[in-house]
Amino acid sequence: MKFVDEFRDAAVIKKAAEEIRRLADPQRHYRFMEVCGGHTHAIYRFGLKDLLPPNIELIHGPGCPVCVLPMGRIDDGLSMATDPNVIFTAFGDMMRVPGREGSPLEHRARGKDVRIVYSPSDALKLAQRNPDKHVMFFAIGFETTAPSTALTLLRARRLGLANFSVFCNHVTIIPAIRAILDSPDMRIDAFIGPGHVSTVIGCRPYEWIARNEHKPIAISGFEPLDILQSILMLLRQLRAGESKVENQYKRVVPWDGNLAALKALAEVFELRPYFEWRGMGFISQSALRIKPAYAAWDAEQRFRVPGIRVTDPKAAQCGEVLKGALKPVQCKLFGKECTPEHPIGALMVSSEGSCAAYYNYEHRKAPLASIENAVGVPA
Amino acid sequence: MCLAIPAKVIELPKDNPSCALVEVVGVRRQIDTGLLQDSPPVVGDWVLVHVGFAMSKVSEEQALDQLRMLSMLGEEAAVFEEVQGYDSVASDTAQALPPRDNGFKAPI
Repeated sequence: MKFVDEFRDAAVIKKAAEEIRRLADPQRHYRFMEVCGGHTHAIYRFGLKDLLPPNIELIHGPGCPVCVLPMGRIDDGLSMATDPNVIFTAFGDMMRVPGREGSPLEHRARGKDVRIVYSPSDALKLAQRNPDKHVMFFAIGFETTAPSTALTLLRARRLGLANFSVFCNHVTIIPAIRAILDSPDMRIDAFIGPGHVSTVIGCRPYEWIARNEHKPIAISGFEPLDILQSILMLLRQLRAGESKVENQYKRVVPWDGNLAALKALAEVFELRPYFEWRGMGFISQSALRIKPAYAAWDAEQRFRVPGIRVTDPKAAQCGEVLKGALKPVQCKLFGKECTPEHPIGALMVSSEGSCAAYYNYEHRKAPLASIENAVGVPA
Repeated sequence: MCLAIPAKVIELPKDNPSCALVEVVGVRRQIDTGLLQDSPPVVGDWVLVHVGFAMSKVSEEQALDQLRMLSMLGEEAAVFEEVQGYDSVASDTAQALPPRDNGFKAPI
């Protein structure tokens, strides 16, 4: 627990941890799901589990967009790059994610024009600069990222840009939470809600979880103190027999979200009837597609998409881990066939996936966050 | 993937109302402010940037806290790479400056 001393607000963190110990009923076992992969990463990196009493268990949720993308969608996207006239663009996170015939990087090594962009608007600029080529942007992400794609599509239409398209793989977080709650082996007491997704969607979309499912939820920031405060909020609600949506991350998340972003989403996207999530199967109305008015910039309309489906090996138990029924280390493949270097299941793919985080910090014992790599930034 | 990077607004180009020149970890880049059109940032404001778009305004104190936390999370390499990468296909609109010593450890 030594690392805690090195935080500027060490005393406050210790006090929050003490308060958590005081409030947690020793007769009870608590299972809290942090929905967002950013929280999973922070929890492991900061060693927060060591601060919690043993009867508070943190379950790692589905909020890692790279992890939940089915392998077949990567193959579908890469199939478009077989046309020598096409420039395939995607975020750096996607580049090492394996498809059935290799990752985008491996396709680049085989001579395909595959490029990293850091923003969808840069893919659009690339199209403007290469009028004789077609630039396809492989879009992934939750509601945090989808508005940026939406504004880029609005701009493409305004510019009348003919050589640009988006392969839309945006997903929405609420149906995934619903799928977890509906699953028969679900055993979650409360949720730590995603911070950055909520800057866009606000807090209202979570109200049904509190009202209908009677599960407390706290929208949380990403600092150690934020996460501990959110756990405190959940414990207080459970003690009082309440279930409501609380906003711990008020300094960034407005209750109503970002209306300009929501307007852009509604203008460009509509819900798909269903979409496949890696490790979770098909979830209805859980993903976005481009509206017919923007079909000219929809890669799924412009290219023949093979619709490839690749099932994860039966031995991989990603679904059980995602729903909190198993811990990463309880999966038969964990650390053996499935490692961050050679991921077999979805959750080992990205550093925000729960298996990769568990592997790096618990299994391989990577150093925890300490003052040595946090010096100098003005406090 | 879901990095939110604090950046300070340095300049607002007159010819493009949905853009801002910002500085992050000593690097200047043009970002899109279209998602903040309901309350556009002014010069000197801090914003959280995700995939080249400003998502929300934050206070300077929150911005510095966020930088500190990204550094503790070991994300500085990813932040630097991402910010360097913005607008890299449109380098005429961005000017890369050598990283300044703001205490944020960035790889070469």
